[in-house]
Amino acid sequence: MSKQRTAAIVNGDPVEFLSDPGQTLLDVLRDELHLTGSKEGCGSGDCGACSVIMDGRLVCSCLVLAAEVEGCRVETIEGLSTGSTLHPLQQKFLDHAALQCGFCTPGILMASKALLDANPDPTESEARYWLAGNLCRCTGYDKIIKAVLDTAAELRQDRKSA
Amino acid sequence: MAQLSYLSPSSVDDAVKALSGASARALSGGTDLLVQVRSGRAKPDQIVDLKRIPGLIGIRAENGGFVIGSATCGAMLSEHPTLSKIWPGIVEAANLIGSTQVQGRASLGGNLCNASPAADSVPALIAARASCVIAGPGGAREAAVETIVNGPGKTSLAAGEFIIAFKLPPRGPRSSDAYLRMIPRTEMDIAIAGAAVSLALDADGVCTSAFVALGAVAPTALLVAEAGQALIGSRLEAAALTRMEEAVRAACQPISDKRGTADYRTKIAAVLAHRAAVIAWNRAKEQA
Amino acid sequence: MNRPVKPEDTGTILKVVGTRPIRPDGVEKVTGRAAYGADLHLPGMLIGKVKRSPHAHARIISIDTRKALALPGVKAVMTSADMPNLAAEHYEAGESASNLKDLSANVMARGKVLYHGHAVAAVAATSNAIADQALDLIEIVYETLPHVIDVEEAMAPDAPILHDQMFTAGLGETPTKASNIATKHRLDRGDVAAGFAAADVIVETRYSSAAVHQGYIEPHACVASYAADGQTQVWSSSQGHFVIRGLCAKLLKMRFSDVRVIPAEIGGGFGGKTTVYLEPLALVLSQKSGHPVKMVMTREEVFRATGPTSASVVTVKMGAKNDGTITAAQVDLKFQAGAFAGSPVGAAVMTSLACYDVANFEITGWDVVTNSPKVAAYRAPGAPNAALGVECAVDELAERLGMDPMAIREKNAVRDGVRAPYGPIYKNIGYVETLEAIKSHPHMSIPLGPNQGRGIAAGFWFNIGGESTVNLSINEDGTAIVSTGSPDIGGSRASMAMMAAEVLGIGVEQVRPIVADTASIGFSTVTGGSRTTFATGMAVVQAAEKLVIDLKRRAAETWGVDQDQVVWQDGAAHCLQAGKAPKGALTLAALAGSAGKTGGPIATVVALNAQGAGPGFGVHVCDVEVDPETGHVTVLRYTAAQDVGKAIHPAYVEGQIQGGVAQGIGWALNEEYVFSTGGVMENAGFLDYRVPVASDLPMIDAVMVEVPNPAHPYGAKGVGEVPIVPPLAALAIAVRHATGVRMHDLPLSPSKIRAAIDANAG
Repeated sequence: MSKQRTAAIVNGDPVEFLSDPGQTLLDVLRDELHLTGSKEGCGSGDCGACSVIMDGRLVCSCLVLAAEVEGCRVETIEGLSTGSTLHPLQQKFLDHAALQCGFCTPGILMASKALLDANPDPTESEARYWLAGNLCRCTGYDKIIKAVLDTAAELRQDRKSA
Repeated sequence: MAQLSYLSPSSVDDAVKALSGASARALSGGTDLLVQVRSGRAKPDQIVDLKRIPGLIGIRAENGGFVIGSATCGAMLSEHPTLSKIWPGIVEAANLIGSTQVQGRASLGGNLCNASPAADSVPALIAARASCVIAGPGGAREAAVETIVNGPGKTSLAAGEFIIAFKLPPRGPRSSDAYLRMIPRTEMDIAIAGAAVSLALDADGVCTSAFVALGAVAPTALLVAEAGQALIGSRLEAAALTRMEEAVRAACQPISDKRGTADYRTKIAAVLAHRAAVIAWNRAKEQA
Repeated sequence: MNRPVKPEDTGTILKVVGTRPIRPDGVEKVTGRAAYGADLHLPGMLIGKVKRSPHAHARIISIDTRKALALPGVKAVMTSADMPNLAAEHYEAGESASNLKDLSANVMARGKVLYHGHAVAAVAATSNAIADQALDLIEIVYETLPHVIDVEEAMAPDAPILHDQMFTAGLGETPTKASNIATKHRLDRGDVAAGFAAADVIVETRYSSAAVHQGYIEPHACVASYAADGQTQVWSSSQGHFVIRGLCAKLLKMRFSDVRVIPAEIGGGFGGKTTVYLEPLALVLSQKSGHPVKMVMTREEVFRATGPTSASVVTVKMGAKNDGTITAAQVDLKFQAGAFAGSPVGAAVMTSLACYDVANFEITGWDVVTNSPKVAAYRAPGAPNAALGVECAVDELAERLGMDPMAIREKNAVRDGVRAPYGPIYKNIGYVETLEAIKSHPHMSIPLGPNQGRGIAAGFWFNIGGESTVNLSINEDGTAIVSTGSPDIGGSRASMAMMAAEVLGIGVEQVRPIVADTASIGFSTVTGGSRTTFATGMAVVQAAEKLVIDLKRRAAETWGVDQDQVVWQDGAAHCLQAGKAPKGALTLAALAGSAGKTGGPIATVVALNAQGAGPGFGVHVCDVEVDPETGHVTVLRYTAAQDVGKAIHPAYVEGQIQGGVAQGIGWALNEEYVFSTGGVMENAGFLDYRVPVASDLPMIDAVMVEVPNPAHPYGAKGVGEVPIVPPLAALAIAVRHATGVRMHDLPLSPSKIRAAIDANAG
């Protein structure tokens, strides 16, 4: 069984990796590229802990084969901040105490970023339905939703003043 | 997965050849196939990725209707500016499949060919009288969506065949559709029952055509002719809706499983069909 | 919601405690850098995987591992033959005592498999794929046996017996016939016959709930490295690395000092990670292979072979006078323990009437083994099951009496001076204040529409104290390190830093909290039992106070004055004697910089067994809307008031309340283990094991009532567990008021509600 070679762009950097045909993007991110921020919570696309953004679309990386990533742009949690400057979502999550154990947090942050990229002014209900694919067992989602809506408001304000 | 290999053909013919192998499976969004391979339920030797074949991803207007590439993801359907206006039922059905993440990958082709009795997009496509364009060793052919699935996990496609696109017929004025499903939570679940209604009205709001299709209440999605007929000639008065519900209940042949009892599914199918019919009718009245 | 409700003003001005600083481990968690158990990679590391029983109950006739061992890439294979055969020995660990013999047989089956998914063998190989292949090559011959999973069926005299040597304890005489009932628990007071005779109204009712899993998003994960001289290291995502160490050492007959457990970050535990599953196996595989071994469970394995909590049947008979005084109560609790004895029915017995001042009661609990995974602790273990029955019975009683549900609870509420059902006299409890907080909450005045209903329920949990060790040291620049052995599962690191900063009088950003491994600090028991802020916090405060005394001594020496002439304020020593301190106050930084001159490094350790933990009470109110045609339940609004003592970090206290409520809602509405007739769990994944998703829940209003516990330096009480206790009953009662139907069997799934509505109408 020979490995296949795939070239893609991960967090803005060109990467090449070898993988078995059965390995998923999540496997490759964690085991080949050592980007362990994306987590495996279920391996079947039901929990969202492995969420990444691929060619602008929010996806579960456990449901994408490594080979499918050829030529694609992948954004993971490791690319969300810029240098040591946190993305506003990351800062708001800290400000609102929107995490407890933190395991679902990378996936939820990527999903929240995708939400605000698609819809800069979501209602509470729209935010909840968008994030329904990201399970959190610790927080009851309350502070997460507040952090996301607060970030949306702040980003809209920044755009107005810019 | 020791023998597994991955192929990404860039032409229909190459894909047909690859899929003619006994143990080859087509890969569209992967949200069903990868789960099945991981759990051991599916053991293909070869995975044939359809997404790089020209035309498999994309939506275009054609001959008054729409042609949707079979590997187009659900999110793209909802982003299309006119598809949601003309076929809101199909779009909302596709958008109920899984989560936002699943929406970024899952496709109509995969949802249909996975052949789950509970597939969300299938009843809406059947009610819409959609057809599939199928490629295969014998060339291309077209077939109505309701002919594709012939049992749980089983399709009528021959070796080497795969769906290239879905065709939606032209839509007249005052016509619309709707899809509803019952799940225990608010998102993420497999439908316990689903109902799609597509109908057209005349200038007085009287129903001139109606199609009702059900999901998760039989081994395959069901087109219930009598249910649609019950609505024709009516303005969805109580009596017409009651006749429709009776036809729906009579058509259900559900199982009892961990997701719901047969009795519950039958009751709910009628409730959902009623509500979907009312929504479709209200939408149709708005459509000039 | 944000400002705690204080019935009294203590008069102390706190500068750090009670504020909401950003947690010190927050940045690594929002950037994906925090290292959880599965994130670790060591050179030469192998992957370990477990072969699991395909049968719910069977004798193991033979295991042949030769073909697996011969597969290239496989470096070790193990079975129970590779683990010591232990005598039955109780070992206090986690939130309950473990029987080590049972625990050993649970992590690797010995002689018999007792549930589908029970570990039978394990391999270590150079890749995931090879490990999977190796598992398929292990040949096991079983003799299948009949199985039983339902708790009442398991108690029947003709039930298949799991353990030939299990004779029910607690019956008075030891029976001669083996049983699946491990223990009968009993708590009595007064004379129930007389109490019922004095009642004007009696309610007899029965409630049940299914087995549910803690549902942490992180599957169990560990890495073990066994060196040739017997020294080992284990990285583990757990709620208590000292307990992991102790259990591994006991199960494998190793010296505690040879097992060094390093706490990885943990992705949720809720009680389920206070025990071991993979760690002993990883150690054995590492020893046999000579390589480090990583073992990570799949989600399916988590469901099939860890946790869950008990399915249970609770019958309640309760009598009251017309004025609402409860005169007698009988409660019978049947709890499913899974494959080995040890359900939380004992705690359920103790908590079931804890909110009520009842003179006459009889509470019986049955711990029953079943062919399902051995249950593990889950947030206030036993109490939610009991509260379901008791709170619903109280609601039924209120309805029969025509009495307001708040009024009947106030009438019978426990207060300071009342003897708790389980023995101690209540003091400094805040139950009445918590009832009042709900009674006066705006939620109660929101009008309800058609098909909507409101449910009120109360709950209790003891909270524990227990053993903690803390190291506190001052660095040469005056910053501090506070080091504990308590894994951080809910933000406790922040609270430890805050309490240390408060006493030292410095900013919280000057205090770095860390969680030290078992070789770097003395023993601490688990992060569980709602104990960490109370007990480890107490140790932190004591350590800081010791240092303050030491710092004053150093200042006094420097100034040449007596120690009683020095006060410590705002992070500095101040001299009361005029003219003795020419340079003014001596800051912590100044004293730290010259520590060598005043006796050496500034550091201390406190090791304690915290006493006086205060129990917590919660009162919840929940509004639902039920679609009468589909039975679908929507939670419209939820308010949870809780007696928290003192909220050290209010945002994290709110978080505990909101998280516990969400789990309780899931337990009430949709979560359950579904078993096939063959004893196989049919919904071992997050698709069909339905935990609440974001769109299922409204905002959860957490009301913090502060009735301080004087045993804690800042009045804190444990908060993590109480919030899961009331929701089961609150939802069931709300559905009653929305539909007119009383649902007795959780979960309240739509098909059951629709069926109940139809039955009620017909």
